Amino acid sequence: MDAVFSNFDEYLKAFGLTIGLFVVSGIASLVLGTILAVFRVGPVSVLNKAAAVYVTMFRNTPLLMIFVFIFIAMPVMGYNFKVVEDIEIAGYNVSAFFFRACLALTLYTSAFVCEAMRSGVNAVPLGQAEAGRAIGLTFAQSMNLVILPQAVRAVIPPMTSVLIALAKNTSVAAAFGLAEATATMRGFTNDNADQRIGIFLAFAVGYIIVVEVISLVSYGIERKVKVAR
Amino acid sequence: MTAQETGTVSAGRGEPLVVLSGVQKHFGQLHALKDIELSVKRGEVVVVIGPSGSGKSTLCRTINRLETIDEGTITLDGKDLPQEGKALAALRAEVGMVFQSFNLFAHKTILENVTLGPIKVRGMKKDEAEKKARELLDRVGVGHQAEKYPAQLSGGQQQRVAIARALAMEPKVMLFDEPTSALDPEMIKEVLDVMVDLAQQGMTMVVVTHEMGFARTAADRVVFMADGAIVEENTPEEFFTNPRSDRAKDFLGKILKH
Repeated sequence: MDAVFSNFDEYLKAFGLTIGLFVVSGIASLVLGTILAVFRVGPVSVLNKAAAVYVTMFRNTPLLMIFVFIFIAMPVMGYNFKVVEDIEIAGYNVSAFFFRACLALTLYTSAFVCEAMRSGVNAVPLGQAEAGRAIGLTFAQSMNLVILPQAVRAVIPPMTSVLIALAKNTSVAAAFGLAEATATMRGFTNDNADQRIGIFLAFAVGYIIVVEVISLVSYGIERKVKVAR
Repeated sequence: MTAQETGTVSAGRGEPLVVLSGVQKHFGQLHALKDIELSVKRGEVVVVIGPSGSGKSTLCRTINRLETIDEGTITLDGKDLPQEGKALAALRAEVGMVFQSFNLFAHKTILENVTLGPIKVRGMKKDEAEKKARELLDRVGVGHQAEKYPAQLSGGQQQRVAIARALAMEPKVMLFDEPTSALDPEMIKEVLDVMVDLAQQGMTMVVVTHEMGFARTAADRVVFMADGAIVEENTPEEFFTNPRSDRAKDFLGKILKH
């Protein structure tokens, strides 16, 4: 384990990147997935079908394949996303690698977010939507004001599982040139073959802490927004 | 006096407000509404009764298009019900609805339940909407519960809040879909009292109910439904003492013996 402690800043940087991938693609997935879920439960049949096709496509394909497509096939087709490298956020440049990884993770995870959200919407009694419509709310208003706020409460446990899976799925990016936790672990073990077990344990603990924080936050939110029926 | 003159003289009361004509509705194989003809006049209280599955709730729900119809027309104040979208939402704002299971917004306080429609649909200012909501809540006797959440109230209180929520939109007509069927016997009265009050103030009401007492005291007309069709219509007095159809006699015989 000495290899980890003597290069602790590298260890922290690696998990920083893991968390960065998680936060950016997590937020993007929640937004995109919620929009897709609204399409799926909404009355417009075109949007409904489009969202269903999206979910089928990205939920039923392996994440690794989506990564391969975005990192290897898309640059061949002329989409290398190099333009994002001109963007500067808080003094840092966004790397095209980071952007592609977030894109792959978001495409994949948003399909799961959509389905979790849809299960939450379905958990809200139909009478709530009817009552909303009966006082003259439009579909969008009754979604925003009545259904989604209640769906969010029902959706926290399954959404937590989706987000935890996302946190661990960031490790797929290790195979595509991002020095996040898993890639860094491999680097460490290559350089210090005699300390493999210690290095492995140190990185496992890192992941456990990241995921534990997600579940604690989720538990806190769940307790705070609980609604009595 | 011709019909036209009557209309101008009475300035509203007595004119048909809700008119259902040739309405047909199917649920798969089930013919849920059969050729419904019904006209509800302004200020009139129509009570719809009948056995379970007779289509009375469905009839009530078609009036604000929570159920679509297969054939026929429904007009409110002379205008056809819009099919969907903003126009339909605007129509629903004109029609108050009270449900069997209350359906108060579970994540909002009592006060927010009542102000949501006026603020979001009518564009009323928040303090104005709250002032009006408190008046309505006082009127239905739950003013002191305004800051609580629906689950903290009894069924009877929740249903009275639901009535206040519907009234806050200043509807032209109020629909009641079995408003007391989910209540304990002792809470039924407090809800019926509010409804009788409303009827006496001249609100146009369509009430689906099993409360024969309410039908006797507050109804102008009783509509009896069976198997998706309107079998009989009459004044409550005539209907209860002298039902014409066998189906109604049978129904009344069953419910009034106990």
